[in-house]
Amino acid sequence: MAYSDKVIDHYSNPKNVGTLDKASKSVGTGLVGAPECGDVMRLQIEVDEATGLITDAKFKTFGCGSAIASSSLATEWLKGKTIDEAVKIDNMDLVEELNLPPVKIHCSVLAEDAIKAAINDFRVKNGLAELVFEQSHV
Amino acid sequence: MLKLPIYLDHNSTTPMDPRVLEAMLPYFLENFGNAASRNHSFGWQAEEAVDYAREQIAQLIGADPKEIIFTSGATEGNNLGIKGVYEMYASKGNHIITSTTEHKAVLDTCKHLEKLGAEVTYLEVQPDGLIDLKQLEAAMKPTTILVAIMYANNEIGVIQPVKEIAAIAKKHGALFFTDAVQAVGKIPVDVIADGIDIMSFTAHKMYGPKGVGALYVRRKNPRVKVTAQIDGGGHERGMRSGTLNVPGIVGFGKAAEIAKTDMAGDTERVSKLRDKLENALKQIDETYVNGNPAHRLPHVSNISFKYVEGEGLMMGFNKDIALSSGSACTSASLEPSYVLKALGLGDDLAHSSLRFGLGRYTTEEQIDYTIKAVTDTVLKLREMSPLWEMFKEGIDIDSIQWAHH
Repeated sequence: MAYSDKVIDHYSNPKNVGTLDKASKSVGTGLVGAPECGDVMRLQIEVDEATGLITDAKFKTFGCGSAIASSSLATEWLKGKTIDEAVKIDNMDLVEELNLPPVKIHCSVLAEDAIKAAINDFRVKNGLAELVFEQSHV
Repeated sequence: MLKLPIYLDHNSTTPMDPRVLEAMLPYFLENFGNAASRNHSFGWQAEEAVDYAREQIAQLIGADPKEIIFTSGATEGNNLGIKGVYEMYASKGNHIITSTTEHKAVLDTCKHLEKLGAEVTYLEVQPDGLIDLKQLEAAMKPTTILVAIMYANNEIGVIQPVKEIAAIAKKHGALFFTDAVQAVGKIPVDVIADGIDIMSFTAHKMYGPKGVGALYVRRKNPRVKVTAQIDGGGHERGMRSGTLNVPGIVGFGKAAEIAKTDMAGDTERVSKLRDKLENALKQIDETYVNGNPAHRLPHVSNISFKYVEGEGLMMGFNKDIALSSGSACTSASLEPSYVLKALGLGDDLAHSSLRFGLGRYTTEEQIDYTIKAVTDTVLKLREMSPLWEMFKEGIDIDSIQWAHH
């Protein structure tokens, strides 16, 4: 299967690979997927307490090129957004932007799940209730 | 000069040897006859060419030319060999023994027969990929008519103890079938010495053309017959009807002749390159070679690079290097290779594997390039891998409750 140019670009020059301090109160961490399924994504956000904006986002992903590209693009989109805006990122937006074929849609679902898991981790750390999400498009 | 892209997927198919193409060419335009046309020179010429190829192929495997039945390839050969025996020997019994690491053409054929009333035992393999002869012996029954075990595995290259398997089958009055697609032309295969009763193999895995294969069917001690699966003009001693693919068969014959004369030299050269590649890649931390290293095809190496995913890994260099991964990251199949799983590999290792299949035209420069490209990509992806980070921090990945999706 041929990859789209955008997937290749994110794979070759991934944005925001790295690790934030998961113990920090201002950092939310989402770890989703499973080694058995061939992909694991860890996505982290750092939120500015005063402004409520996501000031930094980092990822590490074990998976195929589409999984790497989905998480790389997600971190780009997250930066500068409020939590409320971040919650609205839909996996199908990632699919569209990266031209993912049907067999790779689950990679985008994983990225959306990772965003939501990171947000909830942040909320719980800061004494807020977890958000309950609908199932994303599979 | 390094020539790109590099082809390291010789287990899926091989390029044609130019000598094979040359031998085939006259049989498209000038000598186009039907080998079954008995009444004119076009037919005689074609028949003569087929007979010659039959001889070349028989010589490669130590058979009599009359024991070679031409097919369209090994998938057909596996179907004909197994289904043909099941039908022909129905009055003797209905039990077939095979193994879990067989090619799908064997496994799915067996599954099909199960629906028709066959009893099939699927032997598990040991962690090194070889079957346990004691288990085979224990699985034999009075109703066992066939033992179907591959000669060498397509994914990991391990060579099964064929002689011993054949002896056990014979002792219990069963026939021994082997899918020898990966072995014939690569390592010495002798149907007499090995005790093989039925064997399928194909031209395109040994530098011949695609679309032509053969089924060896023993004629003496015992005389074996298989029920035809394709009905028609009664070609190939009634076991496989259909007009013979004369140019393909001529190419197959030439490929067999070349394999016989070049095998020792090819093996020596290619195994050195394979060992160089494998030894260099083993220098990377947390890297595991799959399959028994002592009983293995000389040109194959299957390696798991823990904490990186195979498909993602291949993407790092698949513009320049063609090879195969044990991982399939698609929504249709999140399952990694069933062969690697049958070895008892965890899913993480099975998802992290690459299969290197070297060939007649692989050069040392290509191997050097591959070593560097694979090493660089593994290291790059590990920097990106949350699992590698956890491993480095001493976190036991198996202890994590993963959410399966």
